[in-house]
Amino acid sequence: MVKIFKYVIIDILRNKIILAYTVFLLVLSLSIFNLEDSSAKGILSLLNIVLIIVPMVSILFATIYIYNSAEFLELLVSQPLKRKTIWLSMFGGLAFSLVTAFLVGVGIPVLLYEASSAGIMLITSGVLLTVIFVAIALLAGVKIRDKARGIGTVILLWLYFSLLFDGIVLFILFQFADYPLEKLMVGITTLNPIGLSRILVLLKMDISAMMGYTGAIFKDFFGTTIGMIISLLVLLLWIVLPGWLSVRKFNHKDL
Amino acid sequence: MIIANNINKKFGRLKALDNVSVSCNKGECIALIGPNGSGKTTFIKAILGMVLCDSGFITFNGKNILHDWEYRSKIGYMPQIGRYPDNMSIGQLMVMMKDIRKPKNIQLDEELVNKFELDKLYDKRMRTLSGGTRQKVSASLAFLFNPEVLILDEPTAGLDPVAAEILKEKIIAEKAKGKLVLITSHILSELDDLVSQVIYLQDGKLIFHKKIEALREDTGQEKLSKAIATVMLKGR
Repeated sequence: MVKIFKYVIIDILRNKIILAYTVFLLVLSLSIFNLEDSSAKGILSLLNIVLIIVPMVSILFATIYIYNSAEFLELLVSQPLKRKTIWLSMFGGLAFSLVTAFLVGVGIPVLLYEASSAGIMLITSGVLLTVIFVAIALLAGVKIRDKARGIGTVILLWLYFSLLFDGIVLFILFQFADYPLEKLMVGITTLNPIGLSRILVLLKMDISAMMGYTGAIFKDFFGTTIGMIISLLVLLLWIVLPGWLSVRKFNHKDL
Repeated sequence: MIIANNINKKFGRLKALDNVSVSCNKGECIALIGPNGSGKTTFIKAILGMVLCDSGFITFNGKNILHDWEYRSKIGYMPQIGRYPDNMSIGQLMVMMKDIRKPKNIQLDEELVNKFELDKLYDKRMRTLSGGTRQKVSASLAFLFNPEVLILDEPTAGLDPVAAEILKEKIIAEKAKGKLVLITSHILSELDDLVSQVIYLQDGKLIFHKKIEALREDTGQEKLSKAIATVMLKGR
């Protein structure tokens, strides 16, 4: 397990994209913290960028990497190795390198400028989002044989999670404005890891007061320790479920 | 040693393997012959567990390969088209494979590496290699770990005559050591002095599995190429 993991990491580091991603995040976070007059506001600006960029880079890089490793996977499968080991090493290698890039690029500046509970929550949710979108990429990469279709699908998935989902939720809210939907909304947010992360960070920032009645309901649920633990578990489920499905699929794949 | 029992494999509507049952034993050198698309490579990949059969099972030394993976340490596989990570050099690939297979108390067999003079090309990246050099790398890797079973898919395709001769000599030497060799090739003339048995596949069906002497007797042809040609014409 460790050996394959090592070779995946070496291979990922060899193409310099991860390094460029780290530098990009670092420059971005440092400039945001230096431009905003209060670092709490910096967290808010950083949150909006992190929620868009981190899932996109994670899902795209992981998917393309999986497709480009077709030869590598084929070679490994014919060797005395468990398929599960091979796949989990792939997952581990991708997740590890992208998480490291995020921790260096965003984690360190946040800890330097604003090591509050909101800052910690931003780092936690960024790490979780990275791993979630790597897991989704792996599932797409193993399910779809065609490279162009696979990459197209993950781009659509990313658009869905970061833009479409909110649109659909807003649409439902306006259409059924006469009904008490607040409790239902809590359930619906768990269907989108990006939205869930956004709420988790915002609630740590005391601007939830501006979110009206729904915000109060959210605060009631997500603001409590139990609500927080449940939402973190939901995010973990977003890692485990696609990851487990992709392992199962890879175990039965013809190469 | 390797027993395939009624294996079936479909790719969409195409039946790649149709109820194939074969048994292969130690010390044999078996040629897998058949027209293009007759299921030879699928059969080989099924033995390696790269393709999973729809029904039927394959055993290796009496153990079902389905939930086993360690048996592959006893197999050296040379693929038809060697595909390797593009941005690895030959040297890195060799180091990685040795690291992965970590042969305990197994003597590494670097005869082919030396004879093909691959050590001079150790810094070359895999994507820059010609088809023939790639084949040399594949062949060297297949023999490197002294496996009990050698599975060679079109081993001499793309090799220059000198390299092909080196590889053939190596195959004969390994066969003499009592190893099982499975080999597919379309160049039947070069199989003549190698193989002891012939498996003939057509449209995924096993047509026959015979000793080469029996095949010669049945067809009245001395050369394997002529004998197979006779069989193919009869089949039409």
